This record gives sequence, structure tokens and C-alpha cells, in this order.
Amino acid sequence: MSEYRAPIRDMQFVLKELAGLDEVVQLPGCEEASADVVDAVLEEAAKFAEGVLSPLNMGGDQEGALFKDGQVTMPRGFKEAYRQFAESGWTALGCEPEWGGQGLPKLLAAPVSEMWKSANHAFSLCPLLTSGAIEALVLSGTDTLKQTFLEKMVSGEWTGTMNITEPGAGSDLAAIRTRAEPQADNTYKVFGQKIFITYGEHDLAENIIHLVLARTPTAPEGIKGISLFIVPKFMVNDDGSPGARNDAWCVSIEHKLGIHASPTAVMAFGDKGGATGYLVGEENRGIEYMFIMMNAARFGVGMEGVAVCERAYQRARDYARDRVQGTDIGVRGGAKVPIIAHPDVRRMLMSMRAQAEASRALAYVVAGAHDKALHHPDTELRKQNQAFADLMIPVVKGWSTEIGIKVASTGIQVHGGMGYMEETGASQHLRDARISTIYEGTTGIQANDLIGRKMARDGGATLRSVIGMMRALDADLARQGNEHLSAIRTRFQAAVDELARAGEWLVANYAKDVRAASAGAVPFLTLFGIVAGGWQMTRAALVAQAKIDGGDSDPFYPAKVITARFFADHLLSQAEGLASTVIEGATGVMVLAEEQF
Amino acid sequence: MKILVPVKRVVDYNVKVRVKADGTGVDIANVKMSMNPFDEIAIEEAVRLKEAGIATEVVAVSAGLANCQETLRTAMALGADRSILIETDAELQPLAVAKLLKAVCVKEQPQVVLCGKQAIDDDANQTGQMLAALMNWPQATFASKVMVAGGKATVTREIDGGLETIEIGLPAVVTTDLRLNEPRYATLPNIMKAKKKPLETLTPAALGVDVAPRLKALKMAEPPKRAGGVLVKDVAELIAKLKNEAKVI
Repeated sequence: MSEYRAPIRDMQFVLKELAGLDEVVQLPGCEEASADVVDAVLEEAAKFAEGVLSPLNMGGDQEGALFKDGQVTMPRGFKEAYRQFAESGWTALGCEPEWGGQGLPKLLAAPVSEMWKSANHAFSLCPLLTSGAIEALVLSGTDTLKQTFLEKMVSGEWTGTMNITEPGAGSDLAAIRTRAEPQADNTYKVFGQKIFITYGEHDLAENIIHLVLARTPTAPEGIKGISLFIVPKFMVNDDGSPGARNDAWCVSIEHKLGIHASPTAVMAFGDKGGATGYLVGEENRGIEYMFIMMNAARFGVGMEGVAVCERAYQRARDYARDRVQGTDIGVRGGAKVPIIAHPDVRRMLMSMRAQAEASRALAYVVAGAHDKALHHPDTELRKQNQAFADLMIPVVKGWSTEIGIKVASTGIQVHGGMGYMEETGASQHLRDARISTIYEGTTGIQANDLIGRKMARDGGATLRSVIGMMRALDADLARQGNEHLSAIRTRFQAAVDELARAGEWLVANYAKDVRAASAGAVPFLTLFGIVAGGWQMTRAALVAQAKIDGGDSDPFYPAKVITARFFADHLLSQAEGLASTVIEGATGVMVLAEEQF
Repeated sequence: MKILVPVKRVVDYNVKVRVKADGTGVDIANVKMSMNPFDEIAIEEAVRLKEAGIATEVVAVSAGLANCQETLRTAMALGADRSILIETDAELQPLAVAKLLKAVCVKEQPQVVLCGKQAIDDDANQTGQMLAALMNWPQATFASKVMVAGGKATVTREIDGGLETIEIGLPAVVTTDLRLNEPRYATLPNIMKAKKKPLETLTPAALGVDVAPRLKALKMAEPPKRAGGVLVKDVAELIAKLKNEAKVI
């Protein structure tokens, strides 16, 4: 059985060599995260992920969360693990010190959250949702709301949820029907049904703080008439303890393909006279507040893609080392060998590893940019980093989660028939990963956000500046005498040209023919993901080669160069096909009449 | 009551160690290092004694290269109040470590030295015993239960035939066995606080200790690879092999 081991060496490499940790820890407000603290935090988080969360993953999947009489019982071990998780202070890592958080940078939160997700995707959703709710409150809540709720949410004593989706309002939030009626005491009575509410009900914590999107009676139709409310499961007494039960009930939980240990609740608000809610910010600005934290939530889900790539890779690698089958190819009657000796198995393992490393590097680089966007003293640099993060977040979310599914599927393939059997654990990764391309905005939504809001709106300016950064590597690449670096250079240059070709076409055609542009949005997102991942792998290869040239004998570096080489030959090589699909593919998508389907 | 806990930085227990090609030792370049697990148990026990109000201060001490600081920070994240690093790049054998610890004991005057029964790298299982001898203190090795009260320690020891409980006067040296406790996970606030706890750096020379090795390792080699098994025809052949080849009966 494969045990999860946090890839601390690669995490440290990416943090220090690619994502600018040294720069981030000098930003005002990030000074706590000195190099030794970062290492210590990674080590201890790894111990917790490996020792507490990972061992609960398979049992959680088999047992699942159980619903009975309005109550949800979590799988064995989850309650104790959550108590330990909160007591260890992990819920507070990125939160504001004012509310008891440690205020550590997003760049450090990224690898730590990767570990939770690799070890136990279903468990990791509870703190993910809570931190989203905390962020919404910090940004938009009144002082009273902050004082009532934040400290206990930061400490993990209470958890948070996001109540967005309704049976008739999925990706289209304008269709939200949940009502909130103002009361004389400035509270609201909330009525309506919400579905797909992650950790909407559970027995891990004494209170659950729901953030609910709803309409007030005077609200305008559509997206600009939605407000954000806090609806606690238990009302809060003056001394801060949980009081009377609020009229917010879990009426059932869903039966799902994966993440069985994560209870997905159907929530009924106001069946018994109205659920008491508190307005967050101003009326009719709910969507705006949601979007502020949407970036963080989307980034968090993108990390799930990175995490499953890593976990599936480790499991497949361990199996391929152990499983003896056949002789070395081309050798008759030789000794039987472990399947890791076979070229096609190696190809699969390399593709898993290369995509895990590339998506990790890209995600951490974006996390570092996010820190700079928040904390850099230079306004212009703050703006540039924000634009970069805004552009890249749909790529991190969309691309990492899509490759997460593919990599988990490849992991099953490495196992052969045993991979299809639940007992190896390989199939759980695929089932769990399958949701990540859907929630917090499907891949299609990410791709439309990318080409519309993030590219067409600024006329392609941010895209061009990113392409400029990619091209700036060429001077360094041109100086390399090494055969792998030259091969990478050729592939990378060609792929960047393809990204520019397809990107410019989209920017030029978005306004003219938005349907044609949208038909190519997802292929473009894939292209962008591959080229951006290849960009980071190329940077990694340059750093690694410089270490090798400088006499460093750490075998990590030659392995990094070869992994980058693999990425170039097996993934960057796809850029041309994808760019052509973006530019020429719309006809095939749009011409058939609806009734011909 | 002050407790001194020596901690050693060793190759992590998950790492498969390799002998260097030239047979001079184990390859520890680019290998994950962490605190010796028995020492982690010792830290945990000391911190529990402090939490129970029996100990007042827990001091961690390590000897070796500057990067032993990481191990000391881990000890402080687990609850040690401060730490001492005796920095040296010399090869340290158990007797040298015991002498260094003696010097620290003379300086710090702890009531109890709680150390791991052995380190998982060389498995020497000597330092605690040597320190007790050098200090002329009582010792209780392989502890699976420790109670401290009234200037005495009652220690349950894991011995070959089962358990043995002894009472020793303080100050004393106690070495920990695997089942003494289950070390906690460091909490995030304590990891952050550990950075600000005092870490004093000394040298063997400043402590007046000669750490020169008394033993010389001639050669390090991997254990022989296991040969494949053979199928025997019958019991007679099996017995013949056990008698003549394996020479076990």
C-alpha cells in the first residue's frame, strides 16, 4: 500500500527558486515567514498530513458521511482528526492576526493546503470552505459580525459554508430565488432551499456559519439584486456561546461519485418561520463580495488538481516498483522485472510526475504574485501582480483540475486491472478528482472568464506581458550548451509562439464573433495551461542546470532537467494542435442545428 | 525542577540509507534529516512533566553541525523552553557526547536528564549510560513509564523478560523506550513561537571537552543481499540442508 509522503524537496525548490519566497518574506506583513519558519511549517504540516489525514482517506471513502434525522455523522476518525487539526492551529495559518490568525503568506499556505488535499481531499474541503467564509467576513462584514463570528471560525471551533447553488440556479447565479425579508431589529428572515452545500451539516464543530446568497423584497431582477447573509446554525449568545437553534436545516445529503466523506447538504432555510440572517456589507452587492473571494476559492480548487496529480503519481510509482510482470522488453527468457522497467509504464509515470511538478510550480508562482499584489509597497507592482494573478487563476483552476483527472486516470492504468479494484486506492483518486473541474465554476466557466474578463477586456495587454516574460527566458536558454536545454528551448519557443497566435486571434475576434471565440475557450485554456506549466518547467530546468554546472551533486537537479525535457517533448509539443483548434475549430462546433444533436 | 533533553539530528526514519561507495560511511548528502524518534519521545515526556507542574523548565541540547539548530527548533516547537547547541564539525562518538553533556549538566544543574535510549543512525545505546557514569548519577534506562515526586523518580523499564519498576534518587539520567508516550504534533503557533525562543551556541573548546574519537571505523558495508530460496524435494533434504549448509541443527 502506498503511503503519502509530502514532496517537501520539490515544494521547497519551487518556493525558493521559482515563486520568489525570499522576496515575499520581505514584504510588509509577511516577515514572520522567514526561511527557517517555512521549513519548520512544511515539516510539521507534512507530519500531520501523513500521520493523521492520509490514514483516514480510504476509510472515509468507504464509510462516507451518514445522514439521519437531520444530523450528519462523519466517518470514523474524522471528528478526532478535525479537533487535532484545529487545536494545532492549521485553520488559522493564513488568517488575519487580528482575529487570532498567523497571517502567513499565501505562498506558504499553498504547499500546506496541497498536503491536506493530497492526503485527504474530502477532509480538506471543510477548512477550505471555512477560510472562504472568513475572507468574505473580513472583507465585507460589519464590526459586530466580525466580533461575533471571526475568532471562533479562525480557531476552527466553528466552520463555515457557502450557500450559493439552488435547484434552478447553478452556473447562472442571476436565477437565485432564496428570499431575505428585513425585520425591525435589522436582521432578516431567510427563506429558500440551497443545494450542493459542502459541509452544510456535520458533527465536527459546535456551530456552522452559513454564508447565503438571497434576494431582498425590493431587489432588482438578475445578478445585481443578490445580497449576502450570514445565517448561523445556532444563534450566538451574548457571551459568544452557541444558543437557540436557527431555522436552517439539512434535509438530506447527496450520494456522490467521490469525496464521500465530505457531506454535501441540501439546506432548507425558513421552513419553521424564517431563518435569522445578518446582512454582509450592503444590499444587492452580494455577487461582488462573492467574486472577491472567488479568486481564493478557485485557486484553492486548482490546488486540488496539483494535489491529486502528486498523490496519484506516488501511488502508481510505488505499485510500479513492486509489481513484477514480464521480462525487460527485447529480452527473451530473462528475469522477471518490476513494471517500472517497461517503457510505456515509465512514460505514464513521467507524464504524471511532469504534470504534478509543472502544475505545482505554476500554482505557487501565482500564489506568490497574489502576496505581492496584496503587500508590495510599490503601487504599480501591486497592480501588475494583481493583473497577473487574475489572468492566471482560471488557468490554475481549469488546467490543474483537468490534468488532475487525467493523471488520476493514468494512475489507474499503471495499476492495470488492480487499478480498477477499489482496494488499491487508485480509483478513489479519480472519483474524488472528478468534482474539481465542476465546483467553483466549471472548466467552461473558467475558460470564458479567461478569454473574456481576463483577456478581451484589457485588449490582451496582460496576456502580452506574460508572453513577454516567457520570451525573456530565451536569452538565458540560448547560452546553454546542454542537449536537454536546447531541446527544451526549441519546444518552448514554438509553444509560446502558438500561445501568442491563438491568444491574439481570440482578442481580435472576441468582440466580432463571441460564439466562435467561446467555442475555442477550453482548448485555449488547455493551451495556456500547458505553455504556462512548460514555462515554469523551463525556468526550473535553467535553475537546476546552473546548480549542476556549479558542482552541486544533488540528484534532484538532473531529475528536474529530465522531467522538464519530458514536459517539453510530450506536452509542449501539443501546443500547435491546440492553437489550430482554437482558431479553426469553431465551425465544427457551431454549425449543426440543435435538432441535429 | 529543570529537565535537560539531549536531541540528535539523524537521517529520517523513512529514508532508505545507502553506504558510500568508498565504504567510509553512510551517504547523508541530500537526505532528509529529522529528530531521532527516541529523543522526540524524551521531549514529549519532559513537556508532559512540565504541563503536570512537576518540571519548571525544559532545556534541549544538541551537538553537531550548525544545522542541528533545525532539530532544536523542532524541540522548542514541541514545548522545550530554550536550547543549547554545541557546534562542531568533528565526528562525535558516544563518549564525546557524554562528556559534552556532562559539561552542560555541570553548567545547567538539571534534576533529570531525559534522553532517547539510542539514536536510530548508529544504534549505539551508550550515551545516556556513559553520562550517568561520568556524573556519578543513578540511571534508569529503557523507560516505559516515569513518575517524579519527592526528589525521586519511579521508572518502569522494559527489560527482556517484561517490565521492571525501580526507584532512583535525583538528579538522574532516564533513557526513553518506544512505548513511553506518543509524541504530539507541533502546533502552528508553537512553531512560530519556537523561532523566538533562546538558542545558545557553545563549542566543545569553550566547554573544555576533548571530543577526539577514541574508536576508528575501518569499513562500512551493506549487509549481504539475500540469496534466492530453493525448493527441496522432501523433508530429508530439508533436514540435510539445515544440518550441513545452514548448520542450525
